[in-house]
Amino acid sequence: MFILKKFGQLLVTVILVTLFASLLLELLPGDPTEVLIPSGSDQQREELRQELKLDQSFAVRYSTWLGNFATGDMGNYYTVSSDRPVSDRLWQSLPVSLLLMFYAQMLALFFAIPLGVITAYRKGTWLDRTSNTAAFAMLAIPNFALGFLLQYYLGVKLGWFKTSGYASPNESPIEHLQYMILPTITLAVGQIAIYMRLLRSDMIATLQQDFILMAKAKGLKSKRILFRHALRPSSLTLLTVAGLNIGTLIGGALIVEVVFALPGMGLMLFEAIGRRQIVAFQSMVAVIAILYILVNFAVDLLYTVLDPRIRNANKS
Amino acid sequence: MSVQTPISGLPTPSGTPGAPKLLEVRDIVTRFTTDRGSLTAVNGVSLSLERGRTLGVVGESGSGKSVLSRSIMGLLPRSNTERSGQVIFEGKEISGLNDTEYRELWGDEMAMIFQDPMTALNPVMKIGLQITESLRFHLNMSKSDAKDTAVALLKAVKIPEPEKRFSSYPHEMSGGMRQRVVIAVALACGPKLLFADEPTTALDVTVQAQILDLLAEQQRERYMGMILVTHDLGVVAGRADEIAVMYAGQIVEQAPTALLFSEMKMPYTEALMSAIPKLTDASHTRLAAIGGRPPDLVNPPKGCAFSPRCPYVQPRCHEESPTLTPSPTAPEHLFACFYPIGSPETEEVRLRIAAQRLMATAPEFVAAPANTPTPAQQSPVPAPPEQTEGM
Ligand SMILES: Nc1ncnc2c1ncn2[C@@H]1O[C@H](COP(=O)(O)OP(=O)(O)OP(=O)(O)O)[C@@H](O)[C@H]1O
Ligand code: SF4
Ligand SMILES: [Mg+2]
Repeated sequence: MFILKKFGQLLVTVILVTLFASLLLELLPGDPTEVLIPSGSDQQREELRQELKLDQSFAVRYSTWLGNFATGDMGNYYTVSSDRPVSDRLWQSLPVSLLLMFYAQMLALFFAIPLGVITAYRKGTWLDRTSNTAAFAMLAIPNFALGFLLQYYLGVKLGWFKTSGYASPNESPIEHLQYMILPTITLAVGQIAIYMRLLRSDMIATLQQDFILMAKAKGLKSKRILFRHALRPSSLTLLTVAGLNIGTLIGGALIVEVVFALPGMGLMLFEAIGRRQIVAFQSMVAVIAILYILVNFAVDLLYTVLDPRIRNANKS
Repeated sequence: MSVQTPISGLPTPSGTPGAPKLLEVRDIVTRFTTDRGSLTAVNGVSLSLERGRTLGVVGESGSGKSVLSRSIMGLLPRSNTERSGQVIFEGKEISGLNDTEYRELWGDEMAMIFQDPMTALNPVMKIGLQITESLRFHLNMSKSDAKDTAVALLKAVKIPEPEKRFSSYPHEMSGGMRQRVVIAVALACGPKLLFADEPTTALDVTVQAQILDLLAEQQRERYMGMILVTHDLGVVAGRADEIAVMYAGQIVEQAPTALLFSEMKMPYTEALMSAIPKLTDASHTRLAAIGGRPPDLVNPPKGCAFSPRCPYVQPRCHEESPTLTPSPTAPEHLFACFYPIGSPETEEVRLRIAAQRLMATAPEFVAAPANTPTPAQQSPVPAPPEQTEGM
């Protein structure tokens, strides 16, 4: 029953999102084929128009795409020289985006969790105030500016990391990391600040609870009280926001991808819009939407792990 | 968890023969810095307790009972808190300890039972773990030993199916069961001193007696000293050896239980007495039966703190504050009042109130004296406690 409901949700979301996305593309003026094959002959253009069903209504075009997508056919990506299936490109750029998102989230949580816990525990001290100021500074730096700064100092001047391009982890794990470190840091910095503040405020509320005083009265060490007793009940908001972020980062790391020339989903989407690749765009948006929903489904499951009271509520 | 004998071989610092008292508290003052100024929650409390004895601390909501227990245990937050006075536990001054030193005592030598079992247990931890963690920490028990001990404790606090309950979460249990778990947690390491801070206030009346009996039984068996905090004189009546009545952060009357009930001296104690909840009252009733409101602890009234609400108040009460002094007839009976119950002044007031009441109910039988105001003019004398609302 639960699975069925989730599946229905997934279906509705994918349809709504892709419908909206392709409607937006429809609004762009001009003949898409002129952008798709600028140097093609009139006959080639006419063929492409037929293939893309440009002479028919939007509803027909959309439902054709939907039918194809449902059977696993994501359509073609049109270039001057050749038509390659969208899936080819997707399998290249999706892992890049997923890895970047994963690293950035891990890095952000790695710093934000201890910082959030400590600043809540030491509320009002210099440590709290300093990290508060630092958090606002981190949020205030635009992504691209931070990216360029890191590129210049850590990449160009010190030469520690590579500044642009990508290598897959299968080919060369070390190079892969060298390429990924700077974009990861760039993305994570803002997240650290947000996550830390979120956890801090929930944690402060939890630390007022009776059961924390009771844990103290048992003689437990502060570390155990903070991390075993207080962290879990304080982490639901953090989990929700981090979950939403995962979805956003899969297709939304465009600026960082541009700055570091990472061939990820953001860059691909951007390209697809510019080149009027309607079918490719729809397919990619649909894949991202599906991933987004799957992630949030996983977050729902995690809730029940974190808080047993939700487990029981779900059962009944 | 063996029951320890009251006589330990420790030398006493003062050199007096015998073991030192389990607990001696001298002149504790606890102040909080608040937005409105310094709030004096505990104002010069002294008391002492032997092993195997129970001291009842009674007072209205806000009288400082919880802050007193936490001051003694050292559980108050360090920021915004100012504390002075001595706490001597088994002959050793503990009020200056740091948290690391306190942790050796907390849960091991002294433990606390909290008011609300609904919030005192961690909602996301199995109750078994909540019991075993202090066993593992203080007594270095192995995992399986700790589990066996925890199950035995659950059995001792009369939780049915203790093995099964070991892996339950708090929300799967009723309030009464949860309070039993809280008690099991407190008893786990065999403390010598137990603070029970309103252990039954949040519970159904039917469950209250069971929990109090369980506490009394465990206290006897383990030969603990117990400080039983409550706002209900009825709770401590049969269960405490001695009772201290608190008002506005001070002890205003203290006596062995029987003596307190037979010869109460403080008008406030009398008011508390008349406010003992009846079994017929709805459960969870907070004490609201005494007319007037507790004093503002940031700006306490001049003179006796109870004077704005005291039915027997005299001009002197507004000027000077009475100190806790032994009764001339029984030195173990202490009270802080200029005009205790039974003194000529209170008797006069009592008669006057009785006369007014009579006039109000049957004015035709009593000729109104010219100098006393008629009830219709609203008597300046506050109604006696027997008459206050909420009864
Ligand atoms: N951390 C704190 N900061 C400021 N004021 C406090 C703090 N803790 C307690 N107080 C104040 O101290 C006074 C005594 O509170 P306390 O909790 O000891 O009352 P109580 O007798 O236990 O009442 P109850 O029956 O409601 O538990 C109250 O006025 C309360 O507002
Ligand atoms: S000192 Fe005066 S005001 Fe205070 S309790 Fe005694 S009679 Fe009442
Ligand atoms: Mg209290």
